[in-house]
Amino acid sequence: MSDLAITAEHLSKQYHLGHHVDLTRSFRETVMDIPRQAGRRLKGWLRPSVAGESDSGSEVKKDEDEILWALRDVSFEVRKGEVLGIIGQNGAGKSTLMKVLSRVTWPTEGRAVIRGRVRSLLEVGTGFHPELTGRENIYLNGAILGMRKAEIARKFDEIVAFSEVERFLDTPVKRFSSGMYVRLAFAVAAHLESEILMVDEVLAVGDAQFQAKCLGKIQDVVGHGRTVLFISHNMQAIRRLCSRALLLKGGQLVRTGEASAVVDEYLTTLPNQPPNVEIVPAMHQTWPAEFEVFRIEILNRQGVRTDSLLVDEPFSLRLSYRVASADRRYGLLVVVRNSDGVRLSTLVSTYTESSYFEGVPGRDYRIRIETCNPFLAGAYMLDVVPFDYQGKVVDRIEGIRFTVVPVSASEKSRFSPGHIHMDSVWSLEAEEAVGTKPL
Amino acid sequence: MPSLPQEIEEPVLIVEPPRGLLRLDWKELWQYGELLFFLTWRDLKVKYRQALLGVAWAVLVPFMQMVVFSFVFKKVANLSTSGLPGPVFYYVNLLPWTYFANSLSMSSGSLLSNTSFLTKVYFPRVIIPTVPCLASLIDFAIAFVLLGPLLWYFDTPVGAMTLFLPVLMAVAFIVALGTGFLFSALQVRYRDIRYLLPFITQIWMYGTVIFPFSALSEYGWLRYVYALNPMAGVVEGFRWCLFSETIRAAGYTADPPWFLLAIGAPVAGAILLTGLFYFKKMERTFADII
Repeated sequence: MSDLAITAEHLSKQYHLGHHVDLTRSFRETVMDIPRQAGRRLKGWLRPSVAGESDSGSEVKKDEDEILWALRDVSFEVRKGEVLGIIGQNGAGKSTLMKVLSRVTWPTEGRAVIRGRVRSLLEVGTGFHPELTGRENIYLNGAILGMRKAEIARKFDEIVAFSEVERFLDTPVKRFSSGMYVRLAFAVAAHLESEILMVDEVLAVGDAQFQAKCLGKIQDVVGHGRTVLFISHNMQAIRRLCSRALLLKGGQLVRTGEASAVVDEYLTTLPNQPPNVEIVPAMHQTWPAEFEVFRIEILNRQGVRTDSLLVDEPFSLRLSYRVASADRRYGLLVVVRNSDGVRLSTLVSTYTESSYFEGVPGRDYRIRIETCNPFLAGAYMLDVVPFDYQGKVVDRIEGIRFTVVPVSASEKSRFSPGHIHMDSVWSLEAEEAVGTKPL
Repeated sequence: MPSLPQEIEEPVLIVEPPRGLLRLDWKELWQYGELLFFLTWRDLKVKYRQALLGVAWAVLVPFMQMVVFSFVFKKVANLSTSGLPGPVFYYVNLLPWTYFANSLSMSSGSLLSNTSFLTKVYFPRVIIPTVPCLASLIDFAIAFVLLGPLLWYFDTPVGAMTLFLPVLMAVAFIVALGTGFLFSALQVRYRDIRYLLPFITQIWMYGTVIFPFSALSEYGWLRYVYALNPMAGVVEGFRWCLFSETIRAAGYTADPPWFLLAIGAPVAGAILLTGLFYFKKMERTFADII
């Protein structure tokens, strides 16, 4: 028996861009297209040599322009019991890789052999129905994730205890707070039993305390010799949990190796990434986005686009957006993280006067956010998270990079470890007693 | 050696680009049987929990249609009902038809209304359009119970062939499943199918539940065309199973529906295969284009 849990050979996945225009076109368009297609084909038959070739030639070129390789020739192996982190920027192919391995979508080329019972967790709470009670949803969600009824029944108490919603078990989940909902959903997922588990960023849920609990649960799982594949933007979690990591970039495997080495490499390559980003569809979490942020710019004190700010320098963010519908309004969150993905601060539009944003479809709008810069020298990133008037997150654009640099190299204090700059004045007040020397 | 059995049975899963025309993993489907049950149960529970009239809906729709049809087609147009009271004739016709129409309408939208199943989890996709076809069987059973009072009121005796009904329901199930596969997959790609479908269903209904097959006895070739509709055989069969004696007593011919079923049942099978074939072919693109 092989000690390899997963062998992936040359996995590739191709997407056609603009697919929501092209592939889900209407039946009417297809019917209207039939005569044209037939005519073209007929032309090809009648003059197969010259005209046919140039015709098809130009078409192939046109098609290629619209093709995106979300994964290209990715090969790797995962040993049994290994915990593998998958890292990379948005659009690097992490989620596509996970989807291919969990059979949500098919690879275009290549293959993967998976030995052992596999379960994957790309989302918490899949199939949760708001009308059903907590108890009913546990059974339903468990079955959707691949658990047998007996297995769910056996773990039921454990799941309920973990979720901390005992009192509301027989309440329809539509009456749950979003925190309770997420806790229940994660609790079911956390009790999946399988030899191979694939997890996509589910830790980004709940409050800090619950996140810590989830991380602890995953650590338990890791300790029990199970094979785990784990996607995260949280580099600390990757370092802590994973023995090995894969770094993906533009759909290709850039590096595999010992987790903290790969994380270090990933972090050092980051500042080279464009900081003021035109947001491409791949960077959105939902596409087509109902509230589409299509550009994020960081402006320094002079109002110039930049990706590096001086310590203490006030700066502003400029977000450009468009909307899909005129009768909705949205709030925005901007999350500032350190390079390990730890959240340092959150700006919430609805806490200020100009709380919600709306617009007319087809027009572009710009928001400006002025803020201070309390950060010490180092690399940081921003997430932009639009949410609707009910507070439901509708999209998430992650990992917009910027760095904070000291005003001058001699300014040693600005290099001090940590993230937040605190002004401090040090003075010796009085001599307390003989023999006590100020350090 | 506690780990030995596990090692022997260790499942090996191969993920690769799809090949072959029609591959169904029966063993896997069997393993996911419980999920099919859970999803069906969810559909029913959700449907009846929030409804004002609850279970009554299953009866109310065919009942109201029966009232309208009895008035329009029996009283006004005076169409033949094979010697059965109009309400009984139409209600019996509408029983399997309503099952089929409900299944089709819910099944065809099932993929679009369960997007997260397609993009976030794996299980055999064929389960999704199958669920409404099973859940509608419960509605059918509820509506069937009302037949009792109706027969008692019109004093209509029931024949002994009632035991044949499950076979007819199996044909209806096959047609519902086949069309459900076909239209659910079509709708992922062509969203405007949903506007076309109610229209198709309506035309289909008028060709199925309004008149008895014997009304077509003078049209030679049209009888063959009519028989291509597998639901015609089911509806005709329902009446024959329940009331062949009553019909004969009223002086009408009560032929068994063999002719209709001999053509209709293979057509039903062909619909299922076509639907399944198209569904499996499109399945690989669902998560990418939905």
